[in-house]
Amino acid sequence: MSSTLLTLSDLVIDIPGREPGMALNFSVQSGQCWGLLGPNGAGKTTLLHTLAGLRPARSGRVLLNSKPLGQLSRRTIAQHLGLLFQDHHDGFPATVLETALIGRHPFLRAWNMETPQDHELARLALQRMDLQHLSERQVQTLSGGERQRLALATLLTQNPPLWLLDEPTNHLDLHHQITVLDLVRGEVASRRRSAILALHDLNLAATYCTHLVLMYPDGGMCWGSTSEIFHAEALERLFQQRLAVIDTPYGPWVRPVPGG
Amino acid sequence: MIPGSGSVSSAGRHPALVLGILGVAAVLALLSSVMLGSVALTPNDVIVALLGGGSDLARILVLELRLPRSLAAFATGGLLAIAGALMQVLLRNPLADPYVLGISGGAAVGALLAMISGLGLTWVSGSAFAGALLSTLIVFGLAHGTGSWTPTRLLLTGVVVAAGWGAVITSLLAVRPSPELPGMLYWLMGDLTHARGNTLPWLTLALIIGLTLPLGRSLNVLARGPLQAAVLGVAVRRLEWTVYLLAAVVTAVAVTTAGTIGFVGLIVPHMLRLVIGNDQRLLLPASALAGGILLTLADTLARTIIAPEQLPVGVITAMLGVPVFLYLLYRSRT
Repeated sequence: MSSTLLTLSDLVIDIPGREPGMALNFSVQSGQCWGLLGPNGAGKTTLLHTLAGLRPARSGRVLLNSKPLGQLSRRTIAQHLGLLFQDHHDGFPATVLETALIGRHPFLRAWNMETPQDHELARLALQRMDLQHLSERQVQTLSGGERQRLALATLLTQNPPLWLLDEPTNHLDLHHQITVLDLVRGEVASRRRSAILALHDLNLAATYCTHLVLMYPDGGMCWGSTSEIFHAEALERLFQQRLAVIDTPYGPWVRPVPGG
Repeated sequence: MIPGSGSVSSAGRHPALVLGILGVAAVLALLSSVMLGSVALTPNDVIVALLGGGSDLARILVLELRLPRSLAAFATGGLLAIAGALMQVLLRNPLADPYVLGISGGAAVGALLAMISGLGLTWVSGSAFAGALLSTLIVFGLAHGTGSWTPTRLLLTGVVVAAGWGAVITSLLAVRPSPELPGMLYWLMGDLTHARGNTLPWLTLALIIGLTLPLGRSLNVLARGPLQAAVLGVAVRRLEWTVYLLAAVVTAVAVTTAGTIGFVGLIVPHMLRLVIGNDQRLLLPASALAGGILLTLADTLARTIIAPEQLPVGVITAMLGVPVFLYLLYRSRT
């Protein structure tokens, strides 16, 4: 039994200095995983930030559990959706465990200290991201990929029903890319969560996303189930890049044609 | 790797121990500051005088001269350290400090203007607060306004604003009759010789600790950046304004008590962070204690090092603070 977590209603994102693009109209149900595809600067990050209520839309509305985002407190929003950023800022020293633990912030009152259960959730999240052996390390000493997995561990500790992920496979080696996307797909399928991912890898998007949104640089948008949307001609137009589609036992595999 | 960061989590995990050690050190610092001076007293003399016994000289020295000044030093140091720690979270920059950023200068100009106009002490504090707030708005507004501020830009704004306030103070002092001048120079280089009234600084210190403790975890999240904080449920704009206001009030009270003492807000949170980590719920009360200890000891040094002459305590804190600041600036390039 699926339920609607997020509704985009005539939503036009606001990219400064650009003509308003096409309005987005769709609902994200639990159990769905939406992939955002588009060239650099098409507005994938802007869309994710708009959905998280971090920046205003040019027009239209975002409904979180059928309530307009603007009417909800940041705390309520944080209990229902989490966002993985593209960059992570560590201005001050902090350990890996402390960083994962801030994911519990939306669920604690001002005077509450983190309980042993909160620590347990953070430890489990680190374990699932292969970071348990680093839990006492300083974040500044982590590699790019480790830092990215830590950001995912923070999101896992927060564990909201809706995950917004801005290039979750950034900095990750091949194995960890698959680990992370398997985990997202597993959570979405088994725990009735939803995820919206900005991705650059077309094949990963086709493998892991149930739905896709194609975001064109001129503001055009196109969305639907992956089987409807994932076609070589549409993707070629999206990236201005000739593509070859090869059939494999795991489904069609797309690769760019050099010089195309 | 930050020097000493290996011990961060272990010390930070025992907040009661950290605060206990700092509490004992605070008592010892206050005791030694009351013992030392032109006439040295033993700990026994001090305790007897505190209980109302002993010689008249000892009672006057302890109760009327040294203890009020030491308590004022302690409260002022605590306030400055908290103001520094708060500004560092707001700007996500360990170089922030009310003196370096010109906030203290704004407060001093406000206080000085009220004093020259012959207004009462309440007006002096209120006017200092207005000056601190104006300065905060200028510095933070300019450094934060376009969204993409850098430490360089922030520091330049602060230093220029501080220099501007310094010029205003100098010109205000220049037009005063000269006999009053020596007593007013402390607006430029903080001095506790003229500290009077311990109620306001201590009350403010108690209030600020009480008000910031429940904000501690939100501040921890804010230290990770405003967007990350918003996504984790922090009402960023509201929190930032609250902290701006609190930092301005705290700076204003510190400046009304002892003039513009620099660098306490820079040194203390930085040193503590190396040992206990950056959990604001521990860092803020620990900064209050350590700032109090630092300024009490610095003031004791200031009034004994070239006795019978006295140095303004701001000279001592500057001698400690300038190297720390330069070191932090050097390291922030990497």
